[in-house]
Amino acid sequence: MQRIGVFVCWCGSNIAGTVDVKAVAEALKNEPGVVFSTDYQYMCSQAGQDIIKNAIKEHNLSGIVVCSCSPRMHEQTFRKTAQAAGLNPYMVEISNIREQCSWVHKDMEKGTEKAIILGKAAIAKVNLNAPLTPGESPVTKRALVIGGGIAGIQTALDIADAGFPVDIVETKPTIGGKMAQLDKTFPTLDCAACILTPKMVDAGQSDKIRIFSYSEVSQVKGFVGNFDVTIKKKARYVKEDLCTGCGLCTEKCPQKKVPNEFNLGMDNRRAIYIPFAQAVPKVATIDADYCTMLKSGKCGVCSKVCTAGAIDYTQKDEYIEEKYGAIVVATGYNPISMDKFDEYAYNQSKDVITSLEFERLTNAAGPTAGKLLRPSDNKHPHTIVFVQCVGSRCANCAEKGKEYCSKICCMYTAKHAMLTRDKYPDTDVYVFYIDVRTPGKSFDEFYRRAVEEYGVHYIKGMVGKIAPEGDVLKVQASDLINNKQIHIDADLVVLAAAIEPDKSARPLATMLTASMDTNDFFTEAHPKLRPVESPTAGVFLSGACQGPKDIPETVAQAGAAASKVIGLLAKDKLMGNPCVAHSNELMCNGCSSCERVCPYGAITYSDKEFRMPDRTVAIRRVASVNEAVCQGCGACTVACPSGAMDLKGFANNQIVAEVDAICK
Amino acid sequence: MQINGEFKPLIVAFCCNWCSYAGADLAGNNRLAYPENVKIIKVPCSCRVNPMFILRAFQRGADGVIICGCHPGDCHYTSGNYYTRRRMSLLFSMLNFLGIEKERTRVEWVSAAEGAKFAATMNEFTEAVAALGENKRLEDLRCKR
Repeated sequence: MQRIGVFVCWCGSNIAGTVDVKAVAEALKNEPGVVFSTDYQYMCSQAGQDIIKNAIKEHNLSGIVVCSCSPRMHEQTFRKTAQAAGLNPYMVEISNIREQCSWVHKDMEKGTEKAIILGKAAIAKVNLNAPLTPGESPVTKRALVIGGGIAGIQTALDIADAGFPVDIVETKPTIGGKMAQLDKTFPTLDCAACILTPKMVDAGQSDKIRIFSYSEVSQVKGFVGNFDVTIKKKARYVKEDLCTGCGLCTEKCPQKKVPNEFNLGMDNRRAIYIPFAQAVPKVATIDADYCTMLKSGKCGVCSKVCTAGAIDYTQKDEYIEEKYGAIVVATGYNPISMDKFDEYAYNQSKDVITSLEFERLTNAAGPTAGKLLRPSDNKHPHTIVFVQCVGSRCANCAEKGKEYCSKICCMYTAKHAMLTRDKYPDTDVYVFYIDVRTPGKSFDEFYRRAVEEYGVHYIKGMVGKIAPEGDVLKVQASDLINNKQIHIDADLVVLAAAIEPDKSARPLATMLTASMDTNDFFTEAHPKLRPVESPTAGVFLSGACQGPKDIPETVAQAGAAASKVIGLLAKDKLMGNPCVAHSNELMCNGCSSCERVCPYGAITYSDKEFRMPDRTVAIRRVASVNEAVCQGCGACTVACPSGAMDLKGFANNQIVAEVDAICK
Repeated sequence: MQINGEFKPLIVAFCCNWCSYAGADLAGNNRLAYPENVKIIKVPCSCRVNPMFILRAFQRGADGVIICGCHPGDCHYTSGNYYTRRRMSLLFSMLNFLGIEKERTRVEWVSAAEGAKFAATMNEFTEAVAALGENKRLEDLRCKR
């Protein structure tokens, strides 16, 4: 039997004005388990807390009920008070007689009656409370960043800056991501390489950062503070520690006909390659799909020319196991495939390109060395049509496009149009749009400059059809403002393709038990208040994997994710929430119902030995809850058909006791 | 429950800790009145509400039971309120079959910012239950006071 103390607070006149607090204290005196009951003007004040502390010692209380304001207000206060007096903090229950009684009722008699009932419910619950201790788990002081674009690089740099080691895992042979492919960046028109490559070098040279390039995460186990991750380092057939990145092999390789993915297939590279001059790590990689030596065993030119002896045709995939305290997902985005948009003739004409391809065409390090030449005949285009929202905001074409706004296209299209008119004033530039969305610092001014200073023709309306005819592209479109059909003979058409999460995100989310929305963007723990944390503890989100983002937003989110990681890694031990689910193994029938509803993957099954009444030993499959991962929602407790699963602090019998007290 | 000859329905309201309980607090902060007969029980998430609790409440003489949770998509635990929605639609149709009218049971989404909605919901729900009169079904006479 508990020894319960009841403390009724007046809250000045806030409670005492509508509730007869003395009557409440008196009425609760006779409840089962109650050995002490009193009232005081301000229970949360130092004097009030002293009353509680003294009563705990004097009456040897094992649990207390404070009838006061909302637990959201002072539950922590009274838990600390109880703890200071040597009581387990989870033996405290708050009966909310202010917000949910005195403040919403006016009749003294009825208010008092309700306060007594609420007090009885809290007493009934405390009678069934058990001391709870938050679980402790150690923290591995190392972070993993998955994805080496600007989001991943910035997150890693910020974490390393705080003194914690970080590993970046990048599937491509170099870090840099999409930003490395860009020409200039809106709205300031800085050159992307000029602001990105110094960060890549910093990441490459930092003694706290390890870069696993040409690698991917193949397995994740464990939980916050203690993740066990297996990283697959794909064979690149070049010894990273020996390769100096001189590039001689990439010049001598006889296999010249490999589509260059860095330039989106607009030119070719060799079978052994370094994606671009500023690559980090600057190490060559052999493309096994094209290398003659690897395919037929005849060639070996790269091996002969390599003075460092770095080429190793026998290299195998390597698996590295490492422990991490926190994981940051920064898997980024890709433009969607244009295959299904037949009306835009992307697959019929080389001169219909996507915006990312246009980015490479205008990039000084791109296939045309920065000269704007059309891919089909290398001629300078005089009429260029930009089509916005290709696949974005496309609620009616879900089979090929996306419902959401891709956010960045309005601005980069304005940038492309402006840069084209700046370099080639003799070109006519048309932009077809649904809306121009420019909500960002200096964004609208930028767009206005494109229209007003650079004379870009913005036309509200969508392009219906693009038909290649001879060496021109016949563009049919509607002008919604002038309500007429427009026909333009264009030399080049640029499609602002919608962006979607990288394909690697979905399997990764499964590995991390991190949730995703219907578009495969990672969901955040709270859309407003916890935007960089995943609902899975210890997993953080950085950049466009969480939703379409431009570079400033990505960098801001990367820094925010890093600060959350630093906050986690700075702790020596993690204190969990003790109100977590636990399974009564004797009752569990191993049905997996709880495992299926758990949003955190906190429940695992294992075979355990049980001594049966007839002294035999039976092996049964039973559920167990990982307390460090469980967040205490209680979904499993209701799903459990045998009643084996219960929630500490909100146990079935406790809630039933409250129901009984209220319905008496 | 008869008070001075007037029927006052006893309502048990299960509120999730993150949205609806805070919404009820906000109703209090703004002094938005609702009937005294509404008694709130805090649960971490609306998905913690076991159908057993609702049956128990009716067995012990509650006239109506309402479950309040975060709006769909806003659940603190990502998907808890979706479980609530499914489970309760099943339970409520079964209760309806047993003679506990659909109007006596309800799931309502109340965010932490919707104090006014909380008070309005409680007023309206109480009225709807009052119109039905006392709950006789499922009530266990052995529990009678």
